Amino acid sequence: MSSLTASRALAPIGVAGKLFAFALDVGRALFRRPFQLREFIQQAWFIASVTIVPTALVAIPFGAVIALQVGGLIKQFGAQSFTGSASVLAVIQQAAPIGTALLIAGAGGSAIAADLGARKIREELDAMMVLGIDPIQRLVVPRVLACMLVAFFLNGMVSVVGVAGGYVFNVILQDGTPGAYIASFTALAQLPDLWIGLIKALVFGLIAAIVASYKGMNASGGPKGVGDAVNESVVITFLLLFVANFVLSMIYLQVVPPKGG
Amino acid sequence: MGVEIKVDGLTKSFGKQLIWRDVTLSIPAGQVSVMLGPSGTGKSVFLKTLIGLIKPDEGSIMIEGTDIASCSERDLYEIRKLFGVLFQDGAMFGSMNLYDNVAFPLREHTKKSESEIRSIVMEKMDLVGLIGAEDKLPGEISGGMRKRAGLARALVLDPEILLIDEPDSGLDPVRTSFINQLFIDLNAQIDATFLIVTHDINSTRTVPDNIGLLYHKHLAMFGPREMLLSSEEPVVRQFLNAQTVGPIGMSEEKDADELAAEKDLDMPPLPPIPLQLEPSSGIPRRHQPAPGQWCRENGVTPPPGSFLSANAGLAPGA
Repeated sequence: MSSLTASRALAPIGVAGKLFAFALDVGRALFRRPFQLREFIQQAWFIASVTIVPTALVAIPFGAVIALQVGGLIKQFGAQSFTGSASVLAVIQQAAPIGTALLIAGAGGSAIAADLGARKIREELDAMMVLGIDPIQRLVVPRVLACMLVAFFLNGMVSVVGVAGGYVFNVILQDGTPGAYIASFTALAQLPDLWIGLIKALVFGLIAAIVASYKGMNASGGPKGVGDAVNESVVITFLLLFVANFVLSMIYLQVVPPKGG
Repeated sequence: MGVEIKVDGLTKSFGKQLIWRDVTLSIPAGQVSVMLGPSGTGKSVFLKTLIGLIKPDEGSIMIEGTDIASCSERDLYEIRKLFGVLFQDGAMFGSMNLYDNVAFPLREHTKKSESEIRSIVMEKMDLVGLIGAEDKLPGEISGGMRKRAGLARALVLDPEILLIDEPDSGLDPVRTSFINQLFIDLNAQIDATFLIVTHDINSTRTVPDNIGLLYHKHLAMFGPREMLLSSEEPVVRQFLNAQTVGPIGMSEEKDADELAAEKDLDMPPLPPIPLQLEPSSGIPRRHQPAPGQWCRENGVTPPPGSFLSANAGLAPGA
């Protein structure tokens, strides 16, 4: 009885271990030739096509909310001239990677999990292995790289759209001075803020693709199994992304001193 | 051509549920073998274990000096190039049309030009009677066509071993006969080792050179066709003649009460052994045993009427 309880309690650790082992397999297959360029381009195009429009639509209110919130607070301190700087910092360091992550996991990851899951239950993956082709190298590696690439560019897009949205709302709704908003960009924000945003986006793309592929390739039990796999992959990805974001932010704040501090 | 598969002491269980224990057999090179068994006895698991998709708990599977059960992933992908596998539903890649599906292994594994690939693909498509359907997607065709397309894909790399999972499930009797004839003709042509998993009794009685029977978590018997068809062993006899009287019940095994209730019932006499299916070219297959050879060599008297016709002892209309 005690061993049964123990095995139940330890089951999540087993899943985490398998996920990590899967990630290592992907890392190894990354360097195996031939590289599947065609699949990579197709997947990058596909993921971009399902994420670009929703991401842009999410980015505008995201930037606006931050601008309104920060602008309102900063006004109370009497430091309106720093509104631009504060909202740029918040958008580039936090909002852009998180917004990207939500869309990559929600739109891109779920599509990957559903695609691989359907192939798994139709025995296509088995057939592929039997034909002497490693599905990790043939299908997963291009998807992981495509996801990272698209996350990288989406992050840039969210940054631009978010900052522009913040500008519009600050200047039009809060009567901010356009010149002060733009001039204060560099007062608090610095170049490493941009780097950490981009690094975060790459890491989030990696995590989302790996979790989605793992869940998809381990789907079982017919069409319902595919639905479950998609659901689990989105939930697990969200959890992991927020943890990863927390850890990366902490490290960054420790390592890079804030400007003008 | 053709490779022997030596299976020794194979055991597999999923969690606490034992699938089969201590399966030992060797599938002769170049011959056609059939693996039989009631539903749910792990025939498909056995097939997947042979190609290394499922790792057994114990035992070894030797093919050309490599143990599938314990070799490295890299060796496994190498050795799989010897195999052609036909999955139950064909397992075609849903995103590609039939032509690309069949061409897939050639494009991945060989440096052949597109025109060479085209000629090979068209030859195999012709062999399975799918000329004209190359541009169809797997979702647009019937189950029987998917199965034949899967067979074409399994054949393009000229396999030494062909594993076939339930070729007759979902096929009408005519198509089943055609596909059986196709297996025999293929065996005559390419001399590969065939292992067919099925529970169609008529195919089992006429197609293979060897028959194996998985029952109650072990291999009940494996050997030449005539040995099993003339066997008095109750399980083999019940299954090969599709009877209700015998040790196999609706749910796996019959219990003691059921067995006691039918102990006075005699099993019907063994039906005659039919002649084996001949290649349509009329030229005998290289590894085909002569009719009645095993019975003569082992001093077994075959049931009366054996080896007289190709449909002796078969269900009518099949």
